[in-house]
Amino acid sequence: MGGEELSNSRLGSLSYDPAPESSAIARLRPSYGLFIDGQFTDPSSHDQFVSLNPANEEVLATVAQSNREDVDRAVASARRAYETGWSRTSGAERSKYLFRIARLIQERSRELAVVETLDNGKPIRESRDVDVPLSAAHFFYYAGWADKLDYAGFGPDPRPIGVAGQIIPWNFPLLMAAWKLAPALAAGNTCVLKPAETTSLSALLLAEILQQAELPPGVVNIITGDGSSGAALVDHPGVDKIAFTGSTEVGRLIQQRVAPSQKRLTLELGGKGANIVFEDAPLDEMVEGIIDGIFFNQGHVCCAGSRLLVQESVADEVLRRVVRRMEQLRVGDPMDKNTDVGAINSSAQLARIQELSAFGESEGATRYTSNCALPDKGYWFAPTVFANVSQSHRIAREEIFGPVLSVLTFRTPEEAVVKANNSNYGLACGVWSEKGSRTLWVAERLRAGVIWANTYNKFDPTSPFGGVRESGFGREGGRHGLEAYLDV
Amino acid sequence: MVDLTTLEGADTPGRVRSLCAKALRPDPRDLTVPPVAAVCVYPDLVSEARSALGNSTVAVASVATAFPSGRASLKVKLLDVADAVEAGADEIDMVIDRGAFLSGRLGDVFEEIVAVKQACRDAHLKVILETGELVTYDNVRRASWLAMLGGADFIKTSTGKVSVNATPPVALVMLEAVRDFAESTGRLVGVKVAGGIRTTKDAMRYLVLVNETVGSSWLSPGLFRFGASSLLNDLLMQRLKQHRGAYVRPDEFSGD
Repeated sequence: MGGEELSNSRLGSLSYDPAPESSAIARLRPSYGLFIDGQFTDPSSHDQFVSLNPANEEVLATVAQSNREDVDRAVASARRAYETGWSRTSGAERSKYLFRIARLIQERSRELAVVETLDNGKPIRESRDVDVPLSAAHFFYYAGWADKLDYAGFGPDPRPIGVAGQIIPWNFPLLMAAWKLAPALAAGNTCVLKPAETTSLSALLLAEILQQAELPPGVVNIITGDGSSGAALVDHPGVDKIAFTGSTEVGRLIQQRVAPSQKRLTLELGGKGANIVFEDAPLDEMVEGIIDGIFFNQGHVCCAGSRLLVQESVADEVLRRVVRRMEQLRVGDPMDKNTDVGAINSSAQLARIQELSAFGESEGATRYTSNCALPDKGYWFAPTVFANVSQSHRIAREEIFGPVLSVLTFRTPEEAVVKANNSNYGLACGVWSEKGSRTLWVAERLRAGVIWANTYNKFDPTSPFGGVRESGFGREGGRHGLEAYLDV
Repeated sequence: MVDLTTLEGADTPGRVRSLCAKALRPDPRDLTVPPVAAVCVYPDLVSEARSALGNSTVAVASVATAFPSGRASLKVKLLDVADAVEAGADEIDMVIDRGAFLSGRLGDVFEEIVAVKQACRDAHLKVILETGELVTYDNVRRASWLAMLGGADFIKTSTGKVSVNATPPVALVMLEAVRDFAESTGRLVGVKVAGGIRTTKDAMRYLVLVNETVGSSWLSPGLFRFGASSLLNDLLMQRLKQHRGAYVRPDEFSGD
């Protein structure tokens, strides 16, 4: 299909005034300590690092760098809280705290959304409408389970595991904290949570909320820092369970380090989700789904639909529409309520996206990149679609974790399934068709933890989420999410 | 982009003349306010509207084809159209035969639209889908294509005579159909959203939908209309507020 035809789109444009949310709502402190034993404390080394706003590279706050000694303190505090009370409190009592946390997240939702957007670079529309409400929903959901564990299907009176070390990524900082903390606390565990280095602030705000909720000291400890803090947590002998969400590379390292110990492990790692589009799928509806699947959160989504498998007969039409829709995405100031695509979270991530995209071109794929204007400061990458991608291209195999879509075609349902499954990953897939029997036929054969039909990126606390193969193991969300935190 | 409409059994020549006066000069104190796009009446009042509007830019639109139910034979419908055209209507608003459409006789609906288009001669044809009765988006899109293939110059959401009128999702589906039709045939078809749009804020939402779906070239009376008489006064009120910095009483503006 001609690039000319695509760029000569008839669509004009009408300019809209900016509608920025106020960054003053964030009320950030200049510096944050470690949240251990219910208090913010200085790290033993007094080392600090800065948290940047990726949209303009301005410093938001300084954050404590924890070392082995701090991790030790945090784990000891969690152990104390576990032994002296939390593991023996009644389910109803635990659910009381979880309900409180959920309500406080709702009460402070605007503040949380602003902090999340400033620190992460994601559009305020998404932090306001997705991250924060879903975080509250997770606490509400698991609050409901805390006093009903007997009926969760794991036998009578299932016991907690102990101290959980939880390491979360930078793409959904608050939401991932909620996914980890809510089921762990509901089951009666205590936690040491380590947010990602570039996005610590919403977790620290959550620490304030935990204080407000009067959660007993030590039940949740939050230690900030880089990979070395995470490694110290993984290696700590006082930790009974490690839950990690992040890259497959780091996940593999963690699994190696945990292997000789008794620690339990759940991993939620990368993905290269296939969005499979059949010729009978409603075009415009499906285009919205494809766009949402790859450009939601700048493509920083482990389950992103980063491979589009489209049936040959509609391939040109679908590509044309996807590119046209991509051109309409508003890229820029994440604090603007009209923004669709925000900033890339870090310069390191930006470099990786640029590197892999360059490979796409050199490997012979056809590149379409949005003509949107990008701000001068900050980390930005214009939404990009690669057509004529082959199964052997790096952009079809490796996780880019950015706003880059690879488009491949298929002829028969069998071919779609083979191509979709031909990946080291197995986190999520999408199937688009008006024919239910075909959707089910395909879904049955896909090897992935989550399969969406005629939609994409739908999350709900009641629904388990997790991968197979190099996308990890263990489930978060739903009744299944409890299993990772119960001694069963 | 606003059409003023009076479609009541109790319409009088006087009411039509009054509506036309409002159409020509929406705010008599501020002559920079442009006239509306069209005045829409029943066929028997077309000549009254025609004489009141004279050679102004305001078009006379007439509903026809057994409006609003569409329940009459084709012969009667065509006579209805011819009557309105002869009386001087610039635009004909026909209703599709929902009975035929919903029972799957799409060919009948198509042929009827083609026949009405012929009867319109030079008058522009707006085809009212009555989306509130079509219920599903699939039906709305199918009916949109049928109307455009049959020769519609405009596709219009509703008659304003049923409980569900224009809604943003329905407008989006119609705009998408118009966009696809323009791309495959090169012919630009207009969209009219009618009924239930009362405030400037509502109107803005539709304008954004138009801009984002079909592009800014549709943001003109030739390709996009609001069928919303009560919208006009809110527009005038918001306009005045922009100048004065404060709202005036609704009574500052004439009823119609």
